Amino acid sequence: MGKHVLLIEDEPNIIEAIRFILSRDGWSVDTHSDGANAVERVQSMRPDLIILDVMLPNKSGYDILRDLRDDPMTAKLPVLMLTARGQTKDRELAERLGVNEFITKPFSNSDILASVRALAGAG
Amino acid sequence: MPRNALTGSRIRDRRTAKGLKQADLARQVGISPSYLNLIEHNRRRIGGKLLIDLSRVLEVEATQLTEGAEAALLTRMRQAAADTAKTGAEEDRADEFAGRFPGWAGLVAAQHDRIAQLERTVETLTDRLTHDPFLSTSLYDVVSSVTSIRSTSSILAGEEDLDDEWQSRFLQNLDNDSRRLAESSQALVAYLDGVGDAQGGATSPQEELEGYLLRNGYHLPTLEDGSATPQDLVADAALASEPAQILALAYFTRYEADALQLPLEGFLERFGTTPDPAALAQSYRTDIATILRRIATMPDEGAEQRIGLVTCDASGTLTFRKESPGFSIPKFGAACPLWPLYQALIRPHTPVEAVVEQASRTAPLFRCYAIAQPLRPASFHGPDVIEATMLIIPLEGAHELAAGAKAQPIGSSCRICPREACIARREPSILADGF
Repeated sequence: MGKHVLLIEDEPNIIEAIRFILSRDGWSVDTHSDGANAVERVQSMRPDLIILDVMLPNKSGYDILRDLRDDPMTAKLPVLMLTARGQTKDRELAERLGVNEFITKPFSNSDILASVRALAGAG
Repeated sequence: MPRNALTGSRIRDRRTAKGLKQADLARQVGISPSYLNLIEHNRRRIGGKLLIDLSRVLEVEATQLTEGAEAALLTRMRQAAADTAKTGAEEDRADEFAGRFPGWAGLVAAQHDRIAQLERTVETLTDRLTHDPFLSTSLYDVVSSVTSIRSTSSILAGEEDLDDEWQSRFLQNLDNDSRRLAESSQALVAYLDGVGDAQGGATSPQEELEGYLLRNGYHLPTLEDGSATPQDLVADAALASEPAQILALAYFTRYEADALQLPLEGFLERFGTTPDPAALAQSYRTDIATILRRIATMPDEGAEQRIGLVTCDASGTLTFRKESPGFSIPKFGAACPLWPLYQALIRPHTPVEAVVEQASRTAPLFRCYAIAQPLRPASFHGPDVIEATMLIIPLEGAHELAAGAKAQPIGSSCRICPREACIARREPSILADGF
């Protein structure tokens, strides 16, 4: 595949596990752990897909997603969101903001892989 | 059936409740038993003198016979029927039911009121749990650890050709996450065990440290005499979490500095003769906050007379709590804005003294001394970091107040304060909902 994914997540061990799974599947994986300058990182790296955690230091995943959708350059970028909160209202908020896929923690590796593959195919 | 048409039924119920025969009642009000029978079966309307005579003999207000159950009772019953759908309650006959069985109708209405009250209580508790920052953080920690463990263990179990280096890294990650999970789970269990229990276990690093200090009477002799260092004491305290150990080291270091500056023996003597913190600060050439902290760490003469101390940062967040019996300090969220602590915070460097009365059944009195001052030396760079400190000294009673002086009414926090008309109230009290 050789596609490029940016993982925005602040838990080091979750980062390592996801990076490993996707790398084995042929993805090039970059990571970013702070919400504050995540949007700038996306704009400079121009990944094919983003995996975005909701609870990030300094800026929430929802705010990052909103900013990405407001920017024509990233408005259609596939975003897979990870959250520890799986309530309907959280999912609805993410959908309103334009998320492509929403996965609740704890997830299985196969869920992540399947979602990333599906989004890459769609994107 | 219209409500006023049931007067006869109420007369009959009241008569039988009093054990009167129809003929006896008829005779006492000067009518025939057959006419009373027609009235009691709602076939004759009554009013005027006859109604007054009947109410006199039956020892009941005339309006209770004509109007029956209060309109409010009927409204509550109809509300109960509307709120509990599909029960088949005959709403159009509520009037008749209330007239014939006022006790049962009252029970239905009271139970409906009780259910509504309990629902409000559940909502309040749910809201409290939802917005409790400690619970939220702990749950997030648990979910994050489980996510990492699940993902990492799947890799270890499913990847047959995993090289040694990766295997070792993932095993290390598993170990770290399982430790973190254990800590988060223990903290969560301690928290849940402590819900509703004022003496509950430590639920935050700050409470962990305060628990240790409470067990030691807030007085640390080995730091006083220099036989232990702050680091020794941290090790001795055996605090479970690393954040609590960090807080403890900062607290013990400050305690040690205060003790060096104000040695206990001389301080106790001077405090005995000059209990005014400002005068003590002048005589020691130090700041008032140091004096307040030092007073709060003197060895207690008795638990009943314990002197309390609270500190807060510029956001108003309480950063230290030493309770004084009867002075209620909130565990979570903001405290009462009328505390002298906050009055001091809005006027840094200005000492504040006030006698306050806590909102509780016994309305205990306390003399409070407060001061807010910067934590760092003055600088042209960076923001000021302010800390406010308040000493809380229990008073025996109003006789300790100066003549004509009044105590300032205060509370713990708005949510549990019964002072409804308080000028500083920022949200309604849950006490109004039956707490």
